[in-house]
Amino acid sequence: MPEATIPFKSTDFNERVHTRHRIGMFMSALFFGATIFSLIVLLTLLVDVAIKGVSWLDWTFLSNYPSRLPERAGIKSAIVGSLWMIVLTAVISVPIGVASAVFLEEYAPRNWFFRLVQLNIANLAGVPSVIYGILGLAFFVRFMALERSLMAGALTMALLILPVIIISTQEALRAVPQGIRESAFALGATRSQVIWSHLLPIAAPGIMTGVILSLSRAIGETAPLIMIGALSFVAFVPHSVMDGFTVLPIQIFNWTARPQADFRHLAAAAIIVLMVILLCMNLSAILLRNYFERYRPW
Amino acid sequence: MADKTSTTETVRDEAEEQEHAPNVPPRPADRDSGGSSAPSMHEAVASKIHVQDLNFWYGAKQVLREISMKVRAREVTAFIGPSGCGKSTFLRCINRMNDLIPGAHVEGEILIDGRDIYDADPVMVRRRIGMVFQKPNPFPKSIYQNVLWGAMINGYRGNKGELVERCLRQAALWDEVKDRLKDNAYGLSGGQQQRLCIARTLAVEPDVVLMDEPASALDPIATAKLEETIRELKSRYTIIIVTHNMQQASRISDATAFFYLGELVEMNKTEMLFTRPRDPRTEDYITGRFG
Repeated sequence: MPEATIPFKSTDFNERVHTRHRIGMFMSALFFGATIFSLIVLLTLLVDVAIKGVSWLDWTFLSNYPSRLPERAGIKSAIVGSLWMIVLTAVISVPIGVASAVFLEEYAPRNWFFRLVQLNIANLAGVPSVIYGILGLAFFVRFMALERSLMAGALTMALLILPVIIISTQEALRAVPQGIRESAFALGATRSQVIWSHLLPIAAPGIMTGVILSLSRAIGETAPLIMIGALSFVAFVPHSVMDGFTVLPIQIFNWTARPQADFRHLAAAAIIVLMVILLCMNLSAILLRNYFERYRPW
Repeated sequence: MADKTSTTETVRDEAEEQEHAPNVPPRPADRDSGGSSAPSMHEAVASKIHVQDLNFWYGAKQVLREISMKVRAREVTAFIGPSGCGKSTFLRCINRMNDLIPGAHVEGEILIDGRDIYDADPVMVRRRIGMVFQKPNPFPKSIYQNVLWGAMINGYRGNKGELVERCLRQAALWDEVKDRLKDNAYGLSGGQQQRLCIARTLAVEPDVVLMDEPASALDPIATAKLEETIRELKSRYTIIIVTHNMQQASRISDATAFFYLGELVEMNKTEMLFTRPRDPRTEDYITGRFG
């Protein structure tokens, strides 16, 4: 290739190309450092937990009820309580959340009321979870007289994650190409036919990702459940939604507060279990997303 | 903005005008007679769509002004004009697609077979007036399901396989896809996808097919096939096609309407419009002086 033949002699430019490259390298080092920093913090925590907890992690630990003797203590009631909690919370919050999002995105007129509701939902997503606990205590536990039941806990959790489900569902619906909506309407479809046949199936991976991520948040939440008075020592497995319960984070919180070192190791073991459950949930979110996005050209 | 009186309401057929026009104001005496020299075969063809004084706004912005026209049954009518002239907006008024846009507002009337579509149920309007869009937009489903879906939601009770085959044949796609009907439609090429969208539109058995620049995303070979398909569909459907491409308009259309700045400047038989335009703006546009 011959050199460019355009004469370039303007004195109006001072390219400083080396300086600009140096700034660029400095920047990339900065960004890399930021990533490494959070990775190191996370790894330190994980390693610490693993060292303390892994030797306590055995079948006895998973299948026993809590005990005042560390070597006989287990998290059976907490695991079962957490699973109950997640399933109930999902059953309550997903239909309400998805339906609200469909209404807001596909039906609601874009007026001041819509904008007010939208603003409030975004705000609610940022409200501290303990506030939801206070609401749950006042409304579900006391007013509706659900007592310290799984039902009261799940309803509180459902409220807590509802804004996130609504927002992520709205975003998933908004990401459906306008051409799909238009071509379905152009064939003489009613709005509900468009929603059921196209919008919800196409938005499903996005909705499921949002649901699973918010449920992951719910499974780790402690404060609202402590607020509504979930039990910390539960030597039974709940059999109905009106039974008392405990969940993993509460069991962890309870053990961490004990003076004996053995209980803190138990807490570390329970943290490992909680993290494995979280990892499985996030993994399933990714797998579901990939599975449903196979044929997406956009 | 050009003044209103220069908008030419083109009616190419005296007899038809009488028969269809109880609510049409008397035509100005000085109307150019160029269009009324239509060959006799046109006399027998009924006007399918009759638009009267249509105005359209997006919010406060007026996009269409006093559009009046007649579109004949079983003909291809092309809408041409520079970008932003309102031709696509007008097309989307004909199947009430603009209803879906917040802030859209229509005045005037569009009669199809003498009935005002703005007094009808929009779902039934769209079911009778199909639309093919600029970008091929099949559903993320199988080829088979793509064709069938519109028919099923409208309560189709006939033989599904026969319907799918007939529509794919009409859209000149059958031979290319008959062995892979269960495959996802996104595996097709752009031109095939667009013909699939035509097949999908035909499956609900519309009277009118609107096409909004259907070939603009296609290569020349796919465009030629699409144009061939459109010519064949003419025998059964009334077709309106928006196009940027004047050669395309002259190749496939029987009548052409030229839009400029939200007005219908001129409408005439295609060969008349391209060889003897009456309005200087039409002449400037078709000779490439602007647009």
